[in-house]
Amino acid sequence: MQIFGISTQALFGQLLIGLINGSFYAMLSLGLAVIFGMLNIVNFAHGALYMMGAFCAYFLLHFFGLNYWWALLLAPLIVGSLGMVLQRFLLQRIADLDHIYGLLLTFGFALIIQGLFRQQFGSSGLPYPIPPELSGARNLGFMVLPNYRAWVIVFSLVVCLVTWYAIERTKLGAYLRAATENPTMVRAFGINVPRMITLTYGFGVGLAALAGVLAAPIYNVSPQMGAELIIVVFAVVVIGGMGSIMGSIVTGFGLGIVEGLTKVFYPEASNTIVFVIMAIVLFIRPSGLFGRSL
Amino acid sequence: MTSLPSGTAARNRNQEMMAFFIMAGLMVLAPLVAYPIFLMKALCFALFACAFNLLVGYVGLLSFGHAMFLGSAGYVASHAAKVWGLPTELAILAGTAAAAFVGFVVGILAIRRQGIYFSMTTLAFSQMVYFLAIELPFTHGEDGIQSVPRGKLLGMFDLSNEITLYFFVLAIFLGAFLLIRRIINSPFGEVLKAIRENERRAISLGYKVDQYKLAAFVLSATLAGLAGATKDIVFQLASLTDVHFAASGEVVLMTLLGGMGTLFGPVVGAFIIIASENYLSRFGDWVTIIQGMIFVVCVLAFRKGIIGVLAEKLGISL
Repeated sequence: MQIFGISTQALFGQLLIGLINGSFYAMLSLGLAVIFGMLNIVNFAHGALYMMGAFCAYFLLHFFGLNYWWALLLAPLIVGSLGMVLQRFLLQRIADLDHIYGLLLTFGFALIIQGLFRQQFGSSGLPYPIPPELSGARNLGFMVLPNYRAWVIVFSLVVCLVTWYAIERTKLGAYLRAATENPTMVRAFGINVPRMITLTYGFGVGLAALAGVLAAPIYNVSPQMGAELIIVVFAVVVIGGMGSIMGSIVTGFGLGIVEGLTKVFYPEASNTIVFVIMAIVLFIRPSGLFGRSL
Repeated sequence: MTSLPSGTAARNRNQEMMAFFIMAGLMVLAPLVAYPIFLMKALCFALFACAFNLLVGYVGLLSFGHAMFLGSAGYVASHAAKVWGLPTELAILAGTAAAAFVGFVVGILAIRRQGIYFSMTTLAFSQMVYFLAIELPFTHGEDGIQSVPRGKLLGMFDLSNEITLYFFVLAIFLGAFLLIRRIINSPFGEVLKAIRENERRAISLGYKVDQYKLAAFVLSATLAGLAGATKDIVFQLASLTDVHFAASGEVVLMTLLGGMGTLFGPVVGAFIIIASENYLSRFGDWVTIIQGMIFVVCVLAFRKGIIGVLAEKLGISL
């Protein structure tokens, strides 16, 4: 079967890869947006922490015999706790300074973390097996769908929507949004805003680590896996604008799909398409598709 | 800065010029004690850092993608010298012009966002330039443009002689340094500083802020390009390393360590970082780790940088 002279297997195959990438973009840009909302920091270490999530899954499997499902639970908690320590002892100190210092400090974190892992494990990837429950694939007639990939898309979509619901529709989320708007006022109501800030950073970092665990069976585990990804995610954030949670999710998945389609129809541009879209959005709507003007 | 008595301003300028002559003197004598190749690399990065500092230190715009100007100028200069056979000085000018063009195109888009978004935008555009450098045929992908001829300066001075080449590079550096100093101290530079301190105020005073920002961005890109073009003629190689975002990170580090918004800081920072990379290169990934630590320490405890602290201690302007 063919559409526009391209076999459906190729088309849907690339679309699937696009959706997978899109779910990582969505989870990472969501975490960046949540962190930026509360801390006014663009977390350059996000890619490195995503990589740590994947390594965490690897360590849990090889040193403690804990399988993928445990990693899915524990890796975000472990990496998230590390994030909270970083926030409490280091990021806290620059909270009142110009935003660029937050970017520079977290860039330093990223260099240290990636350097340490490269020093220890080299640049090549370590394999991480697909959990047996999700191995295999099913034939949908128009394409063959590997179970694990379907799981990644569905699971990350659920995580994104739950996060959106928690922030936009629950009481805790209301505190969070209020503290984003006016921290002093929220403190006056007796809410421990500094603790909330620490937990928010931990949560955003935990999301990155969760994405890392999801990525481990697909891309292998390697120290550089987050370094290039974070740049694309930054472009996603510029396109979407960091003002809206749903905006991050939609932009993330949407750009993943566009990237996948570009691979089918014009493969030469598949690496640059996100940046081209960013240029167009900057030209037409500088504050981003879902952003508030800043 | 509130209005200084004119005597103070004049004294500051004199101190700056004295410091400049000391620096120039040291650089003239430097080949007696250090390898010319190392010195030329440090000079090129010093110029690169000064160009970057023009933007971050005096307009308050942190570009995280300055490698795109360094690298693209290098590619064009190398291509011009090797394939088109242009004389060295014209090849360098061609590379510089290419960086100015890239700076203009990227600048128009990037200055539409402020603060943190500006940094992310420049980073993303530089990654795009990196991918283009991999894919375009004339850059030769992973191999880069190799054995670029150094040629003869003005058809007279043979640049394959390392000492001749060193003084050529030094002349470029010192000329560009004086130009940057001139820009910073000009009325144009004063407007840039006003934008850094309070952009809305500058707008309300009737300055077309976007035009000033774009002009500063293009100037910074052009000078970064001059550094890149010169560097590739020295090393006779244009490669992906120079467009990679690690180079963008390095120039941020140099400027931060030396002192953002100081005239001499980026030069000091560049020499320290290039020297440390030279001596630490056998420790591999520790270079990255140490650079990360310098970032953390500088941001947390040393935001003025070496020259910033020194100038404060001595009570002079540097």
